[in-house]
Amino acid sequence: MAKFDIRHTAKLANLGLSSEEEEKISRELEEILSYVNKLNEVDPDLIGVEPTSHITGLENVTRPDETSPSLTQTEVLQNSKNTHNGMFKVPAILEDL
Amino acid sequence: MKYQPVIGLEVHVELKTKSKMFCGCSADYFGTEPNTHVCPVCLGLPGALPVPNRQAIDWCRMIGLALNCQLASFSKFDRKNYFYPDLPKGYQISQYDIPFCDKGEIILSSDKKIGITRVHMEEDTAKLMHQLGISNFHFPKETTFPISNKEKYSLIDFNRSGVPLVEIVTEPDFENSQEVVEYLKKLQQIVRYLDVSNADMEKGDMRLEPNISVREISNLKSQISNELPKYKVEVKNINSFRFVEKAINYEIQRQGELLDKGKTPIQETRGYDEVHNRTVSQRTKEEAQDYRYFPEPDIPPIRISESQISNLKSQIPELPTEKKNRFIKDYGLREDQAFQLVETRKIADFFEEAVKIGKKFGIEATAIANIMINKRVDWSRMLPAELVEAIVKSKREDLPAMELENIISEIIKKEGSAVTNYKRGKSGSMEFLVGKVMAQTKGKGNPNQIRQKIIEKLGEKS
Ligand SMILES: [Zn+2]
Repeated sequence: MAKFDIRHTAKLANLGLSSEEEEKISRELEEILSYVNKLNEVDPDLIGVEPTSHITGLENVTRPDETSPSLTQTEVLQNSKNTHNGMFKVPAILEDL
Repeated sequence: MKYQPVIGLEVHVELKTKSKMFCGCSADYFGTEPNTHVCPVCLGLPGALPVPNRQAIDWCRMIGLALNCQLASFSKFDRKNYFYPDLPKGYQISQYDIPFCDKGEIILSSDKKIGITRVHMEEDTAKLMHQLGISNFHFPKETTFPISNKEKYSLIDFNRSGVPLVEIVTEPDFENSQEVVEYLKKLQQIVRYLDVSNADMEKGDMRLEPNISVREISNLKSQISNELPKYKVEVKNINSFRFVEKAINYEIQRQGELLDKGKTPIQETRGYDEVHNRTVSQRTKEEAQDYRYFPEPDIPPIRISESQISNLKSQIPELPTEKKNRFIKDYGLREDQAFQLVETRKIADFFEEAVKIGKKFGIEATAIANIMINKRVDWSRMLPAELVEAIVKSKREDLPAMELENIISEIIKKEGSAVTNYKRGKSGSMEFLVGKVMAQTKGKGNPNQIRQKIIEKLGEKS
C-alpha cells in the first residue's frame, strides 16, 4: 500500500499537526487502513453478505413536509462570542472578485 | 483560428417546501430576521439527527421525470466534505454516486437534445455577508498572530442553511450562450409548471454555474473530433440569464485569445464581475477539490417501487411542450401563438377557459388567442368570461355601418306587418324587428343601436 499522505489528509481536515504528531498519526492510520483493507479480501458471494453502508436494515426514514418551531435568535447565538445584528461574526472570507 | 465552444451547465433550484430538507424549520427564509429559522440540525450542532423531507424527495424525482430521466430504485445521501463558514457541519449532505435521477434530456426549439447527466438532492448553505469594519473578535489568550483592529469580517445567517436544493447537471452539449439561455428558460418553465419552485432568479431560487471550454474547429474532422478539451473553466453562482450569456461570451473570447497565442487556458473557477462584464479568477486552492464523499451514516438509504414511480408520474401536469402541441392541434393555433400562450400555466388555463366560454358565442379560439397575444384588451385583471364578453361587444361594434343599414332596410321591407303593428303602438313589434336584424347580422351589432336605427328609418319613411 502506498504511504499514507498525512499532510494532505490533515489539510483537508483543517488540522495543524506537529511533525511528531504527523509521524505518530500516520503510523496509526496506516495500521487502521490495512486492518480495514482486510475486508476487501472477503468474497461476498461466498459468505452471502452484500456490501452495504448501513447495517440497521432501515430504509425510507423520512418525514412529512411540516414545520416545527425553531430556536429563538437569542438561543441560536448564545454560544457565540462574536455576533453582530443577529448574525454570527467570523473573520473575513476571501471572496474577492 | 476558429473555435467551437463546449459548454455544460449546473443549475441549483431551491424547492418551495414549507420546511427545510432535514429539519422542521421553515424554509421560507426570504426577508426574515437572521437566525430565526434555525435549529440544532440546520445549525450543525453535534448529536442532531437529520431526517429527510419526503415532499422534497418526491419533487426532486418529479423534476427528473419531467426531464425524461431514469429514477434510481435504490438511492442514498452522501456527505460532501469541505470547510467553509456557511457550512456548519464541515460537510454538505448531498448525493454522490446514486442520484435520485439520471440520463434525461431537454429538447431545444432547433430539435437539438441537451443531455441531463443527473438530478440530485442536497441542502442549501447558510448566507454569508461580507463587511469591512472595526473588528472586536475575542480570540483565545494563546492567539499569537497579529490582529489589527480594522479587519474585514463576515456575518452568517443560517436561515437558508438546510433549505432543499435540487441540482441539475447537463452534459457538455451546448455550443453557444443562446442555447444555454433557451435551456434555462425551458427548465425554469418546467419547474414552475410542476409548482415545486418559484424559480425566481432575483431571490436566488435558481443559481447557474456554466463550465466552458473551446476546441479548435480544424480538429473536428479528425479522429479525435469528439474528444473534449483537456480543461474547463467554471463560472460560479450567476443569478441572471443575461449575465450567464455575457459570462459565457466573455469566456469564449478570452479562451480563444489564449489559444491563439499558443497557450492553454488554466482549469479554474472564475467569478462573473457584472460591473465590468468580465470573469475573474477566484483565488481557490490549486490542488484539485477532494470532497471525500462517503455515505451519510445518519440517513438510511431511500428506495422507490415501480408503483410509487407511476404514482409520481400521474402527478406530473401537462408540460409546456405537450401543451403547446395540443394547442396547435386542437385550436388551430400557429406555433408562435401556442408558444406564447403556454408561457405559464395561468395564461394557458385562462386561454382554454375563455375558448370554452367563447364557443357558446361563436367566437373562434384563434380570435381569443389573437386578442390575448396582441393585448388589445388588458385581460390580466379579467376573468375569462369577461374577456369573452369584451370580444363579443367589440365584434358587435365592428359591424360596418353600411352593412347594418342594408340589413335594416331589408327587414323593414320584408316584415311589413310588424312595421304596421309597431306604428299602431305595439311595442313588442319593435323587439321582433330588432331580433330579425340581429339574426341577419349573426349576433353582431348593439341591440340598442339597432333599435335606434330602425326608429330613424321608419321616421324617414313616414
Ligand atoms: Zn432547522
